[in-house]
Amino acid sequence: MSRFQTVLRGVVLALGAVVFLFPFYYMVVGALQTKPDPTLAGAFPNPSNLSFDNFVNVNERIDLVSGLVNSGIFTGGVLLCTVVFGLLVGYALAMLEWRGRKATFALVLLVQVIPFQLLQIPLYVLIARDYGLADTHLGMILPFAINSTAVIIFRQYFLQLPKELFEAARIDGAGELRLLWSVALPLVRPALVTAVLLTFIGPWNEFLWPFLITKDASLQPLAVSLANYISTVAASTDNPFGAILAGAVVLAAPVVALFIVFQRYFVSNDLGSGVKG
Amino acid sequence: MKRILGRQPLGLLFSSPYLAFVMVVFAFPIVYAVWISFHDFFFAAPGAEPARPFVGLDNYVAAFSNPAVIRSFGNVGIFLIINVPLTVVLALLLATALNRVVHARTFLRVSYYVPYVTASVAVVAVWLFLFNGNGLVNSLLGPLAPDPSWLINDKLAMPIIALYVTWKQLGFYILLYLAALQNVPKELYESAEMDGGGKIRQFFAVTVPGVRPATLLVLLISTVTGANLFTEPYLLTAGGGPNGASASPVLMMYQLGIQQGQPDVASAIGIVLVLGVLVIAFIQNRFVGERES
Repeated sequence: MSRFQTVLRGVVLALGAVVFLFPFYYMVVGALQTKPDPTLAGAFPNPSNLSFDNFVNVNERIDLVSGLVNSGIFTGGVLLCTVVFGLLVGYALAMLEWRGRKATFALVLLVQVIPFQLLQIPLYVLIARDYGLADTHLGMILPFAINSTAVIIFRQYFLQLPKELFEAARIDGAGELRLLWSVALPLVRPALVTAVLLTFIGPWNEFLWPFLITKDASLQPLAVSLANYISTVAASTDNPFGAILAGAVVLAAPVVALFIVFQRYFVSNDLGSGVKG
Repeated sequence: MKRILGRQPLGLLFSSPYLAFVMVVFAFPIVYAVWISFHDFFFAAPGAEPARPFVGLDNYVAAFSNPAVIRSFGNVGIFLIINVPLTVVLALLLATALNRVVHARTFLRVSYYVPYVTASVAVVAVWLFLFNGNGLVNSLLGPLAPDPSWLINDKLAMPIIALYVTWKQLGFYILLYLAALQNVPKELYESAEMDGGGKIRQFFAVTVPGVRPATLLVLLISTVTGANLFTEPYLLTAGGGPNGASASPVLMMYQLGIQQGQPDVASAIGIVLVLGVLVIAFIQNRFVGERES
């Protein structure tokens, strides 16, 4: 390969990284600016114009801690259901022979392509009106409870385990739950991390569903309370963008940190298998 | 018993929570949405059981005699025309470049998917800051800045949303292409090189056909994502503005169905949208999928 092509490739990739990262850098800078500075100079932090005022301001309008707690409960509930029930069905799909296994797997694949937001009306009628679960964490969690992509990842990893191991343990009289818990689970820990990462971003970032179902501000996840702040009250503040960006930093930081720390579990091969089935 | 349920009927027991979940959250609501769209349906007080007469296609007629609904479908068309091809081209180019790189591979990969994993609500905040009338983009452009500014310009609002979504989702598609590139046999590149094909020839003769299944997947997922567009027009252009120039069908479903209490009309919009996505997916599958056989 010619030198020119190598340089060109480096330039394209670096330019890509700047385009992807600059808005995040700018988010942090904007959140720390006491007075908004939309000029080019404002993109470089000026120590005399930096403070945490915006975080205090946004916290006065939307309770950041309660927003984070609600996001945490929403996400935690989904993670718990996905890990428990997802592992069970993933194990059954990979390791057990039963009637309906193929149909169930086809269903897991099918569910992935159903545009979820198009179900907003019937789900709203059912969950908010018929089941009376509006303004509850359960109502928030229910439509997201088991992430089907995670199920596919679990199945994929279980399929790679040596069958003999399980046959031997079965002969020793171990039950399937015991096999799943003490033989299979320790072997698929990386899949668990990948599935948790992938599942995490769904509920943590979700806006439409919790927005539809929570009117009570004290129950709203941070994405919803921040969105409400952006669309309604922001205009009445001195530095609306500063306050909005401060809220955005609080919402984005946990996910970004998680994906940087665990980046090696979020590589293309796991996902490839997840999406291809 | 074993003959009916298979050798290990426990599998069905293990799967039952998931199956129940799919029934409650996907299967039944889909059927219910179809039912609602053919009946006179409105929100009723809990416990009340009002008459919900069958009204045939009335809800569909009501939905599509509303110019705002027609416009929202046109808007999503503009969105898809910009977003889908751009996504495929940029994701494949960046994935190919990233696949050959040795240094800083992890850093690049992570920086590409950071927008994908971050909440749209958070990232929209920065784009609002960048693209508002007095924002950094306009202050850099100076006299070249569009008037009216990006997000309140009825010609530019939808393209900006399409660019935003392309940028935000690209990292995920790059990961899909990276996985697909690992499956393209190295020998194909070697034999293309022996035939004297340059890098660009190799890209079109080996890489593009080699990742065709991934391309189909990227087309399908980006089309479905586009059809689901809601958060961006709701926040970035303040509820599909200016004057509905960036309203999406899902936004119309929210406004008509939940805000204005016409869930039956909203369901009709949803059904038409799903049918539209199915038709596009079928066409994509026809032209991109299964050509190698």
